[in-house]
Amino acid sequence: MTNEQLLYLILLLPLAGAAINGIFGKKLSEKLIGTIGTLMVAIPFLTAASIFASFDKPIHVHAFTMLEMDSFRLDAGFKLDSLSLWMTMIITGIGSLIHIFSIGYMHDDKGFYKFFTYLNLFVFSMLILVLGDNYMMLFFGWEGVGVCSFLLIGFHYADKIKGMENSLAARKAFIMNRIGDLGLLVACFLLLGKFGTLNYDQIGIATILGEFQKDSVFMISVTLSLFLAATGKSAQIPLFTWLPDAMAGPTPVSALIHAATMVTAGIYLTIRSNFLFELAPFTQHIILFIGLATALVAAFIAMKQNDIKKVLAYSTVSQLGFMFVALGLGAYTVALFHVTTHAFFKALLFLGSGSVIHANHHEQDITKMGGLKKYMPTTHLVFLVGTLAISGFPFLSGFFSKDEIFAAAFGHGYLVFGLMVLAAAMTTTYMFRMYFLVFHGTFRGDSHTEKHLHESGSLMTLPLIVLAILSVIGGALNLPSFLAGDHAHWMNHFLEETTLGLALVHPHHLEDGTAIGIMIGTTLITLSLIFWAYSVYAKTNYPISKEQQFKGWAEWSSNKLYIDELYNALFVKPTEFISARLLMIVDKNLLYDSILKLTSGIQIGGNQVRKIQTGMLSNYLYFMIVGVILFVGYSLYYFKFWNY
Amino acid sequence: MPALISHAEFSKDFYLFLCPILFTIGAVGLMIRKNMIVMLMCIELMLNSVNLLLVSFANFFGQGDAHIFVFFIVVVAAAEATVGLSIILMAFRNLRSIDVDMFKKLKN
Repeated sequence: MTNEQLLYLILLLPLAGAAINGIFGKKLSEKLIGTIGTLMVAIPFLTAASIFASFDKPIHVHAFTMLEMDSFRLDAGFKLDSLSLWMTMIITGIGSLIHIFSIGYMHDDKGFYKFFTYLNLFVFSMLILVLGDNYMMLFFGWEGVGVCSFLLIGFHYADKIKGMENSLAARKAFIMNRIGDLGLLVACFLLLGKFGTLNYDQIGIATILGEFQKDSVFMISVTLSLFLAATGKSAQIPLFTWLPDAMAGPTPVSALIHAATMVTAGIYLTIRSNFLFELAPFTQHIILFIGLATALVAAFIAMKQNDIKKVLAYSTVSQLGFMFVALGLGAYTVALFHVTTHAFFKALLFLGSGSVIHANHHEQDITKMGGLKKYMPTTHLVFLVGTLAISGFPFLSGFFSKDEIFAAAFGHGYLVFGLMVLAAAMTTTYMFRMYFLVFHGTFRGDSHTEKHLHESGSLMTLPLIVLAILSVIGGALNLPSFLAGDHAHWMNHFLEETTLGLALVHPHHLEDGTAIGIMIGTTLITLSLIFWAYSVYAKTNYPISKEQQFKGWAEWSSNKLYIDELYNALFVKPTEFISARLLMIVDKNLLYDSILKLTSGIQIGGNQVRKIQTGMLSNYLYFMIVGVILFVGYSLYYFKFWNY
Repeated sequence: MPALISHAEFSKDFYLFLCPILFTIGAVGLMIRKNMIVMLMCIELMLNSVNLLLVSFANFFGQGDAHIFVFFIVVVAAAEATVGLSIILMAFRNLRSIDVDMFKKLKN
């Protein structure tokens, strides 16, 4: 098959999977549904890998023209360059592992077929998002993943205890994403007005060749709108509060959508639009600032969360902040490197936590766990690997990707660098607090749960092991120059080769000596924090009440800095207040009453007019003849008949 | 009036007055009479008054076009009389009356 046909295969198989499971799923067995769902993502992964093996130039496919007006054309076209190929491999690769995990995790769920339908539909939308060759295709995918995210967060909307909470979380995610989507639409319109096209290549070439002024009002407004879209999807300040709530969804969903793939769409968008951002240093500073603030705030909140998934959710927000710092510094390939490694270890951690939650009868409170090491050896091992990787333990994947970001930050200035190291240190602290509380010490839950603690089945542990291996070796994709010599920064080169604009961006590179120094320094911090956490949290008789009642700064952390309360007071409550008033005044009084009056008026008039319908033929004739006379008389008068 | 009817010279004015009078008689008869057969006859009267007007003008202008209309009207009037009479017949069978006001029953 040609590469074009392979591209269609990648795109359409997940859609076919969603269609099959959605239409016939009710009648199929769980095994069959799971197999179809997984294959429809795994085959695209293998296809993408085969393209990757012999990839040398971008593939363009023009599917059809969606809209054509005199000077404006909207094409459904696809583009496979190194960036979208890389994203495709992450999405389908991690996606198929998570599909396998879900077969075990969702076992015996009433909505089993629905779950796989939504997951496949999500993969399809995400592929549209990364494979489209213009902003409109990206927008379609963007909305598609938003819908799937909504459906999957509120997946257990009918749950007796948590149903309402799940639905509200889904609604919150959807509405907050709408705010970001508005930014994307505005950016599309601005670009369309200026360039007359939405195609990446055409806009990119126009910006690179055309001598645009840096920081022009146009560039700043476009890039800020795009960044607003990115903050919505990628959960940055001020639109990040939906992501922790989104943990109401089943755990595989959190792993796939809210950690590994969908939330990185904002980063993909920024990398894709790098030629625009390079022309707006002002926006880059804003991105840097927002990314840094998000990394710190989310890490701070994660310090004292007791829900295992909430810790991971805030950790995701914080790591996304890291990526945005890289983007703000112009280090696009570094951001994508962190996206990749983060996808490995965060999917691992989420699936690991899913395994833990599964074993604990859906208890998510880490203060009610403990000592799980001896009950779930495999899960414990892979979870430890994930925790080490995210903390930046030497030579695991997170170590290298974070180090690249540190290096970029170091080149920019000491303040940014220092704050990044602080955020990373907090990451280590909260991750190991959670790890030790869950797997070390003694079990603190009820005895009934303790009796049933068990290692998860092989369908669940197998993806975990694969992800753990990836988390360990993932750093090899982009080794620093003093470790790999000529083969260093393989991923950077791969991306720069065919992705438009990336080869033109060259952030500051450090001397080998400085880079090694930074590595050693951060490693020392990480190691000492791990030992500190071990000495505090791993004790068998650790007073857990300390983790249930918080004082001082911990109170702020455990209450999420009261940001939800702030948003409630600032936006939700006033909106509800105005809506209630509008409902009373405009809807009930004005609209409803006026319509009532109108209908009663018509009724009264109708009653009067009805009287002339007597049923007497002679009356009708009389009306008719009077009418004819009037009509003829008027015509005579109007045409001045007597003049002829 | 005898001068008007004189055979030797054709008077347009005579027909110009005669036809509207016939038409009005027909129309008024249609409105005030309740007997359906009489009403049908009134309709025929109105139709034929128009026919007469058409023919007289055709004669006056020396053109034959209007005759075509007249034939059409005669044919339609015949058809209409057939349908009308059969309706009257059916109405009489059902209602034992040919009073047009009996049709009020159809109102509800």
